Amino acid sequence: MAGIRFDKVAKRFGDVSVLEDLDLDIRDEELMVFVGPSGCGKSTALRLIAGLEEITNGKLFIGDNVVNNVHPKDRDVAMVFQSYALYPHMSVRENIAFGLRIRKMPDEEINRHVDDAADILGLTELLDRKPKALSGGQRQRVALGRAIVRHPSVFLFDEPLSNLDAELRVQMRAEISKLQHRLKTTTVYVTHDQVEAMTLGHRIAVLAPMGAEKKTNLKQVGTPLELYDSPRNLFVAKFIGTPPMNILPVTVDSYGDSVHHAGLRVPLSEGLKGEAAAYRDRPLLMGVRPEHIGGREDHRDWHDPVSLKGTIEIVETVGHEVIIHVRCAEDLIVAKLGAHRIPAFGEEIELVMNGDAIHLFDPDTERNLRRHTGD
Amino acid sequence: MIGADKRTGQVSHFWLHLFLVFFTVISTYPILWVIVVGFSGQQALAFADVPADPGFLDRLRAIMPWPQTWSLDNFRDVLTEQPFLTWMMNSAIIAALTTVLGVFLACTAAYAFSRFQFPGRKAGMMSFLVSQMFPGTLLLVPIYIIITQWLGLGNSFIGLVLVYSVTAIPFCVWMMKGYFDTIPIEIEESAIMDGASRQVIFFRIILPLAKPAVAVTALFSFMTAWNEFILAATFLEEEMKYTAPVGLKFFVGGFASQWGYFAAGSMIISLPVVLLFLYLQKYLVSGLTAGGVKG
Repeated sequence: MAGIRFDKVAKRFGDVSVLEDLDLDIRDEELMVFVGPSGCGKSTALRLIAGLEEITNGKLFIGDNVVNNVHPKDRDVAMVFQSYALYPHMSVRENIAFGLRIRKMPDEEINRHVDDAADILGLTELLDRKPKALSGGQRQRVALGRAIVRHPSVFLFDEPLSNLDAELRVQMRAEISKLQHRLKTTTVYVTHDQVEAMTLGHRIAVLAPMGAEKKTNLKQVGTPLELYDSPRNLFVAKFIGTPPMNILPVTVDSYGDSVHHAGLRVPLSEGLKGEAAAYRDRPLLMGVRPEHIGGREDHRDWHDPVSLKGTIEIVETVGHEVIIHVRCAEDLIVAKLGAHRIPAFGEEIELVMNGDAIHLFDPDTERNLRRHTGD
Repeated sequence: MIGADKRTGQVSHFWLHLFLVFFTVISTYPILWVIVVGFSGQQALAFADVPADPGFLDRLRAIMPWPQTWSLDNFRDVLTEQPFLTWMMNSAIIAALTTVLGVFLACTAAYAFSRFQFPGRKAGMMSFLVSQMFPGTLLLVPIYIIITQWLGLGNSFIGLVLVYSVTAIPFCVWMMKGYFDTIPIEIEESAIMDGASRQVIFFRIILPLAKPAVAVTALFSFMTAWNEFILAATFLEEEMKYTAPVGLKFFVGGFASQWGYFAAGSMIISLPVVLLFLYLQKYLVSGLTAGGVKG
């Protein structure tokens, strides 16, 4: 078992900078998820840990050792690929045993380990089949088996579920979570799917593609709830959560105690007033999650809610709730209603917004004005 | 039905088949002739004498591949009275060594071209391609100088094996590289993570997966060496070292015109290639179409 530490790690391919100045501590026994849109360097970061790519700058630690120049086979890590990458000419048993055979483990011991791994993953019946005779989910399980059979100190998962259908994905997600909980192996899991990240990760690292002016890819690291409730910047706020957070341009009034936008006036909570004071008469971006806008009858508990009116443009019935897209002046606002009444397209509706739950972002730095614990 | 089908607008099958049969006969006729000459028991190339003033039937008789008698004499004589078996053995040794060496060199080179980035990678592949555009005989003089004068391997099997394997390399490398390119890189990365070295990956993962391409490459190398005549005739000086194709020429060259032996020998020579072809057939289709569509 071992933790992993990125110390000012950079990766460039020629002139193209993929990762810069990455500082990140992955704790022992933790399941860390790297999430971000394509091109954010999450897979590259994973391949740096695996040793499949060379580090351009900085240091990478596994346990207490710098592994920059350690060969992949000596890093004691196992990796599961998106495409499964099974050996097509070998049976399931041979696939799982391959890593042990390379390490010259005696045959009886190999068989014992393979049988154990197959038992954990429910592959016992399939051990003599070739990969082409397996379904997608079974192949994924074999790929998992190949990783766990070696009892490595680190598991690496590179979008392992993106080739599976929706139902199987949810099932395998739960299995991976259970497996990690049981084996307590430090795990790094890469995905572009924020739902997968939220449901699996002990902690999540949100990465963004390197832009011209940015210093690092890492936007925020935290538990799923920290990212959801206290996004540090606009990028994380927009990336985490479905449907995504509503972002509206607002102006701070001259007293610094409310923000307004197109007839909408939102008084600021005590905490935000202090932060907004520096922005009097200046524009900000306001973020509100869809669940903080809804029907008045659903939210009698909200203290002094802000009301707003609009025309419904889209209605999405999920079951336990209804997601509506409402046109308020020139903005399209996403809100959630209770399932008791499904509104009609084009209907005029009056909604309330929880003014205490808003986030304010500086339009230039994109930083969240709210102070966070641990800042 | 004659003429175009009014409903589908297609040429009727009768005419289509007649057309195909005609061309099939034209292309198989020479082979048929050789087979019949082999079984005729005679040494003549023709089966019937054409009179000075031939009628239609005489002409027809002359082009019918049908001998006056059937006999296996030619085969028996070729195998017993002539050193044909020795020549076959020589050919077999040379072709087998060429196949082993050629496949090994082609596989390793193609793997490097497929997976590694190095200076001259593109230039190397291009020069392989360009080398295929020149007729082989163009190389005869330089190869002769290199093999006999520089390496001192004239009149030896090793010299021929070297030349054959090396001249087969361009085609084989292109063939193998195309196939290696279709093997996903993740499989290798996965093996690296499993702790496998390059050698292990190459011999235990890549080569087994590339079986169809290896089969094609092997067949090509074997056929190149087995059928080759000009180089063998140039290099080999002693009659006992001849390969089978050179030996064949012995029957009909200069003062000899033993067409019966020639025909029987040709058939014996083509037998191993035909058998090999049949054996490797299941790999050939997938091997030759490799790289087109990945299934």
